Amino acid sequence: MGQITTRMGDGSFISLSPDDIKKEIELGVQEAVIKAKIASLTKEEMDQLYEIIAQPRKFVSVERGNELVLSYDSAPMKFTRLGIPIDRSAILLIYERALAADTLEMAYVHYSMKNIKINLSEEVAPLAMALLNTTAPLMYGAMPNMGLYYKPDGPCDNAAELFPLGKIGEAQAAQEEAANYLEQDIMLVASAMYEAGADGFDFDTTASAGDAEFYAVLNAVTKLREKYPDIGIEIGMSGEFVLGFHGELKYDGKRLAGMYPHDQVKVAEKAGATIFGPVVNTKSNKTFPWNLARAVTMCKACGEVANIPVHANVGMGVGGVPMVITTPADCVSRVSTAMAQIAKMDGL
Amino acid sequence: MGGVRTSGDLVGRMQLNKKMRLNEAKQYVADKLRVSVSDLTDEVAMRGLREDLNISTVYMGYDAPARGIEAKYRIADILGIDINSVQRFKNIVSSKK
Repeated sequence: MGQITTRMGDGSFISLSPDDIKKEIELGVQEAVIKAKIASLTKEEMDQLYEIIAQPRKFVSVERGNELVLSYDSAPMKFTRLGIPIDRSAILLIYERALAADTLEMAYVHYSMKNIKINLSEEVAPLAMALLNTTAPLMYGAMPNMGLYYKPDGPCDNAAELFPLGKIGEAQAAQEEAANYLEQDIMLVASAMYEAGADGFDFDTTASAGDAEFYAVLNAVTKLREKYPDIGIEIGMSGEFVLGFHGELKYDGKRLAGMYPHDQVKVAEKAGATIFGPVVNTKSNKTFPWNLARAVTMCKACGEVANIPVHANVGMGVGGVPMVITTPADCVSRVSTAMAQIAKMDGL
Repeated sequence: MGGVRTSGDLVGRMQLNKKMRLNEAKQYVADKLRVSVSDLTDEVAMRGLREDLNISTVYMGYDAPARGIEAKYRIADILGIDINSVQRFKNIVSSKK
């Protein structure tokens, strides 16, 4: 068999032999096994992954019956970024009736909890309007984005400036203070949206500022679950590995720093999330087969231990998709297929 | 799954609000709609069924089935679940204030 055209993690085309692709898959799986300390894909699963990657067709899809449910981070903003001047509630109608979205999400252009708090009243209005006109489940979504609580943007001392000075205790205290502010803001924003009628809340790119951010989200979700027993909560992550900027924070007796998706989902579940979104970041200097194999191995391990639906993040630079703004359909379709058929995800 | 073109919104709702894994959610919805799981992603079968059940399709013109909150009101009953926006709507319209 001749050379197979595929891509690098930066999106550029490369040609590899079938043996090279199989080797890249093995290496990607190995990387996931070693780093996350999880089970390997089986030989049959690696063969299946090869078949998906090596398909000569540009677009690949699942076998009938393996269709997944899709949820969308910051849905209206995808149109706003394109410069299409449409009201956000109208964008959600397009998602529902033209793009056939399974679920919907209302979002604000400053997609962070702290920003939304400032104009919360105005933000409730388009959500409430959209809830009257749409049929699909509608969440409100935002990023926790704990970095905004540090100076100069926020009130807390900047942990990133304290660490190089050797002020470890002070840096940890600053993160705990920021986490407390974030938790309060989450409660304020999520409560307002749920009381306006939202089906749930989506936390996008959770733990982007490390373990203290994850800690704040988990504590807020615990309180939201107590306050609103029926609220839907999706926790989407920002990376496969929780960065230990604090290093000592625990939830349910488990240290958060260093958690991989199969551990992350268990604390999310315990807190009261109803959907978990694992992220595996793409390495742009590795091949697409390597990245996809690594992502599928980690997501499969996550799905196997989960008791709640798992929606793998598949997009620019995550889930094996190359790190580019305009994502290539050949890669996105292969990632989606592999996540459904091999990782056995509940959604994307 | 195809959203309101098929049944993706219904299966998604069982995931988001009832924590059902994919196969369980599909089976639950299929049982409630009295169809097979394979019908759930068939645009032709689901268009007709959604019209019969009056629970919204992509079509919104003359003689369209229930739209928006009207459809969700019926979906809550068919799936045997509470939908937050429907509960809020019911509370407001039934309130004497």
